[in-house]
Order: sequence, then structure tokens, then C-alpha cells
Amino acid sequence: MTVNESPSTTNIDASCRVPLLALFSGAALWLVVSSALAVVASLSFHMPDKFGDIPFLTYGRVQPAADDALLYGFCIPAGLGVLLWIFARLGQVPLRGGIVPVVAAHLWHLGVLAGVVGILAGESTGFAWLEFPRGAAALLFVAYLLLALWAFMNFTGRREGGLFPSHWFFVAALFVFPWIYSVAQLLLIGAPLRGVVQSAVAWWYGGNLVFLWTSLIGLGAAFYFLPKFSDRPLHSYFYALFAFWTLLFFGSLRGIPAGAPLPAWMPALSALNSLLLIVPILAVAVIGWKTVKGGAVQTCKGGSYCMIKFGFVAFLLSALLLVAGACPQVSRVTLFTWFSVAQTQLHLYGFLCITLFGSIYYILPRAVGRDFAFPRLIRLQHWCSMLGIFLLVVSLAAGGLLQGIKLHDAATSFDDSTRAMLPFLRTSTMGLLLMLLANLLFALNLLTLLFLWHLSVIKTVVGAALAPLGKTGVKA
Amino acid sequence: MKNGFVIFLSVAAVMLLSWGALVLAPQMQLGGARQVPVLNSTDVYPLARPGTAAQGLQVYRANGCAACHTEQVQQDGVACDVVLLSPGKNPSAVSNLLATLKLTGLDEGSALSASDRIAAAGGKVETRIRATGSDIARGWGLRHSVAEDFLYDYPVALGSLRVGPDLADVGRRLPDPNWQLQHLYAPRSLVKGSVMPPFRYLFETRKIGAVPSPDALNLPAEFAPAAGYEVVPKPEAKQLVAYLMSLHTDVPLYNAPFTPPAPLKP
Repeated sequence: MTVNESPSTTNIDASCRVPLLALFSGAALWLVVSSALAVVASLSFHMPDKFGDIPFLTYGRVQPAADDALLYGFCIPAGLGVLLWIFARLGQVPLRGGIVPVVAAHLWHLGVLAGVVGILAGESTGFAWLEFPRGAAALLFVAYLLLALWAFMNFTGRREGGLFPSHWFFVAALFVFPWIYSVAQLLLIGAPLRGVVQSAVAWWYGGNLVFLWTSLIGLGAAFYFLPKFSDRPLHSYFYALFAFWTLLFFGSLRGIPAGAPLPAWMPALSALNSLLLIVPILAVAVIGWKTVKGGAVQTCKGGSYCMIKFGFVAFLLSALLLVAGACPQVSRVTLFTWFSVAQTQLHLYGFLCITLFGSIYYILPRAVGRDFAFPRLIRLQHWCSMLGIFLLVVSLAAGGLLQGIKLHDAATSFDDSTRAMLPFLRTSTMGLLLMLLANLLFALNLLTLLFLWHLSVIKTVVGAALAPLGKTGVKA
Repeated sequence: MKNGFVIFLSVAAVMLLSWGALVLAPQMQLGGARQVPVLNSTDVYPLARPGTAAQGLQVYRANGCAACHTEQVQQDGVACDVVLLSPGKNPSAVSNLLATLKLTGLDEGSALSASDRIAAAGGKVETRIRATGSDIARGWGLRHSVAEDFLYDYPVALGSLRVGPDLADVGRRLPDPNWQLQHLYAPRSLVKGSVMPPFRYLFETRKIGAVPSPDALNLPAEFAPAAGYEVVPKPEAKQLVAYLMSLHTDVPLYNAPFTPPAPLKP
């Protein structure tokens, strides 16, 4: 291959192989850990006396550990892996310096390990979505910078000069995380601010990470895969541009909930921008509808296309819940209830995780050059995760509304509002169990692929070492 | 947008704006906050939490109490009640007047005019301000939570979900430390149907020595340890309870006024 010749798709896919395996396999493990922790946390609502002697299984430690394992353990590394591959494919440039992203991927997962163990050991920082202790945070930050740098170098070195909508979303995501993470770490952990400003910063961080960053990654992937699967161009460039800017602008200026003990303009500004998110949501809906409708009819048997479409709809629903929750009439009722937990779960799992599942099922066999060992389980996994998230979100959202109505009525005792919530919480455990099953199936397929690939590498190496020297090898 | 650099710059600009609005501006407004005067008093608020209570906040953080408890009392507004202190020299006129007037749940203007009319008839009245809203009605606090309540806390544990009740004013609401300790050890021994996990690991179950410990919990039989054993709080449990006891938001402030229920006596 000469320098000017464009590398083949196979070469590009192969260049991503080892980094993607490192990112995705660790992510798959964290996904399982996260849902197992979430099930343990949920057991508190069935048998609250069970874990009273075991500090690291108490609800207040397990629940944040589960949330962080999902977001930092799965969503971020898996999202970055998908991003790396899509960058390489769109730019028609192989991923170079393969060892650095691999090291960074392992560093990232090490950081998540330190963080999750830290939370369970009682070293949580106490700020929502920032619970990881500072050592873990430092590892994560370095690992992210390395991965982002490599992704960015691949981006700037692209052969295809034009930019696709996925490029904008991904470049923004690459930049947003280090910015908000360094600010939040510095102002909350490094040199903490005084008083409730801490909460304002933590909410700003949470809003930007849990809504904005995840939306940028998930929509970036969807805007790449939806046109690919439906065999139609994205409809349209200008809609996407509009959606991108409005999402970035309104999505970054929110996060402070109603009722916070802060000067009133802060929750008000947040609520206003949350409401205005209706603009990008409509634009995204139009893009999805016009791109997919009437496209090439792809069979949708629980494969990647199916998952990405499901994730796309889940985005629209979760974002609409977010907008609804920002209306003062609604937030009066849903404040401090499980309703917002339902919205977050729908966004993280229903939208981002399922979009990433679909992307990974498409990407990984191409990168590794080998099909999944259990292709039928993919369909089963899709059904389990869809049903699981459906049960979880519907029970928590409905229960949260009921809880809110009872909480708001002073004539109802507080115990009544808790008791009304219990059947819903117990139903949500069913959803969590289904999601655990789905995540196990996902990890099974992924780790088998990893194992088979290791096996073939070892076989090749051993074969090469043991092979009798060929005629060309010995020159008399 | 054809140029990656342009995207990068404009994303940076948007994020800078977001930082300016929700990080820098709050810091500029609240970062230099100081103690504020308590209404109708020479006291200032807040005072730093005493040492064990400050340690207790770390126990609160480590065990993720904020996953289920908020410290944000909400308030709909305020209402005024006009209270007659003494009927004065013309009790019949005052009582006739009282029969025609609405005296509770008034807005500021009608409270003023009512108290003026009673005063004109010779009665001595006091106008009391109280916060309204479901949290207040539940007894979770006397006023809504304000930024000042958390001035010296790190981390500030506002919470976002009410699996359990709000704790902003729990030190006033449930002021018995022994109740708190027993509730931590065995929540269902005091609150039937509670879903709070027990924190038995903050306690030690040990053989009773020559003299029973004065700290030992006085537990109902169902939750008591085996005969000859006692349950004693570890330092963490005592610190946590000290923190809960230190959660008081019962002083009226300029931005959250109310009339204290009983005048504070020295």
C-alpha cells in the first residue's frame, strides 16, 4: 500500500480491533456489575433488614455505585469506542498508535474499578454522579484525555474532507467531558467552593454529563447508523445542524432542579432551557422520521438496526419526559420523586445503552473479523433489555407520580406515600432482573468473541513458533 | 460546517457560556456569603456545626444517606395570623369585632388592617407570620431551606429523592438522640413499615462486662440481642446522630421570615 492509496475498509476496521476489544469488553463487564448492584439495591425494598451488618451492601452505597458503574463503566468507554470506529470509517483513516488507546482503555477501566470499590468502601465524595474518590477521578481524566486526543488526531487526519453530522456531535462530546469533569473536580474536590455553590456545580455537571454528553454520543451514533441501515441520506444536513446547535445550547444551560435552596433565577434559568429542549427534540424527531421512513426495508430481527431505532425513540421519550418535568405544574408534583429517576434510567439505558448495543453488534464482528458465537442471543438480549427498561421506567414513572401526589397532600401521611410506592418499586425489580439477564447475554457474546480472538492469536503465535523452518528459511 | 476547528471553537464558546451562567455566576453571587442576622435578634446564622456533628456529616456522606433523604424543605408562601393578646379596656367591643373578622391565613395587607381595627377598638394583638405548604404542614420545618443553612457544610448533602422524610430540620423535629440511635439500629422497632435499611454495622454487640455500658441501647425484646449481650453505638453512630441533632433550620431570616412558635427564652 502506498501512502496516497486509500486504505481498505478492512484495514481501517482491523486498526480499531485491539482498542475496541479493550474498551468494549471492560464496558460489558461493568454493565453486568452495574445491573447486579442495581438489583442488590432494589432488594432493600423487598427485605430491608437483610444487609444491616454489611456496610458495603447498604442501599446508600450500592445505588450510587450501580449508577456510576453504568455511566462511567459502560456508557463512556463504549461510547468512545463507537466514536473511534465511526471517526476512522468516516475519515477513511486507520487508527494509528494502537497501543496508546489500548493502554488508555485499560486505565479507564482501572479508574472505574477504583471508583466503584471506593464508593462501596465509603469513600464516596457525596456529590451525585461525581462519587468516585479523587484517585479514581485522576485515572479517568488521564485515560479520557488520551482517548480523546487519539480520536481527535484521527479526526484531523481524515482523508474525506467533508464533515458529517456525526462528526459535530462527536467532536462536541469529546470536548464537553474533560471541560465539565475538570471544572467539577477542581471546584468540588480539589479546592471546594463554599456552601450551596457546591450543589449548583454538581447539578451543572450532572446535567451536562447525564443529558448533554450522552445525547451527543447517542445521536452521533444514530445519525451515522440510521442512514446506513435505511440506505438513505440523513434528512437533512440543515435539520441536523439546527438540532445540534439548539441541543448544545439549551442542553448545556440546565441541571438545577426546581425548589433548590438557591437564588430563584438559577432553577428558573434551568427550567427555561429544559423547556426549550423541545426545539431540538422536534428537529431530531423529524430527522429520524424522514430518514427512516420509506427507506430500504431492512429486516429487523432484533439486530443492530432494530436496537438503534428503539434507542432513538427512547431518546425522544426521555427528552419529552425531561421537558414535561421542567413545567412548573409537573415539577411541583414530581419533585423529589422516582419520576426523575425513571427519566434518567430511560435516557441512560433505554436510549444510550441500547443504541450502543446496536452499534457494537455491528462494529465488533467487522473489527475482529469474526462473527459472534451466539447470534441468536442477540435477539433475545434485545427483547430482554427492551422489556426490562419498559418495566423499570413505567413502574418508576407511574409510581413516582402517585408518590408525588401523596407527598404534596399534607393530609396524607408520609408513610402512606412510601407505602404507595412500594408495589411499584417491587415491580421495577423485575425490570432490573430482565436488564441483568440482557446484560449477561451481551457480555457473554462479547467475551466469547474476545476469548476466541485471544485463542486465535495464541494459535497463530504458537503455530509460527513451532512451525518447521521452511525451505526459504534455511539457506545452505 | 466544513471545518473541524470552527466546530471546536464554537462548542468551546457554548460551554464557556454554560460555565459562566451556572458556575461562575452562582459563585459570584453566593461564594462570598457570610453569616446573616437572625430576624428580631442579635444572633447570627449559621454557626459552624460542632466537631462531632461535622464528623457525622462525613458518616452521612460515606453511607450515602442523601440517596434517600433530602435536606430541602419546600414552602408555597407565607400566611399571617392575627392573635389577640389581651382584650384591653373594652372587651365586649373587641369580641364583637373579632366575631366579624377573619384572623387566620391572611395575606400581609388584610392582617395589617385587621390588627389596626382591633387595636383601634382597644385590643392588643400580635401578627404572626407562618410558612405554608405541604412540607411545613407535615412538620418538616418552620420555613423553606435557604442557601445559608449549608454555609459551612462539605459536602452539601441536599439530596434529590424522598424515599425517606426530609431531614433539614430533623434536630428540632426529633430531638431525642436515643430515639435516633435506636432508629438507626432497628428502624422498624420505631417506625412500622419503614423501608430504611438498618445500620447495625455502626453498632457493636458485645458481652455485658462487670457494669452494663451507659450507652447501651434500650431495645424492645424483638430487636434485643441475646441475653448477656448489649448493643453499643460505635463512634460513627454517635457522630451521625450528632449531625442529625445539628440539623436545625428553626431561625427566621430576612429571606425566609416566620414568627417562632414560642419566644426563645434564655
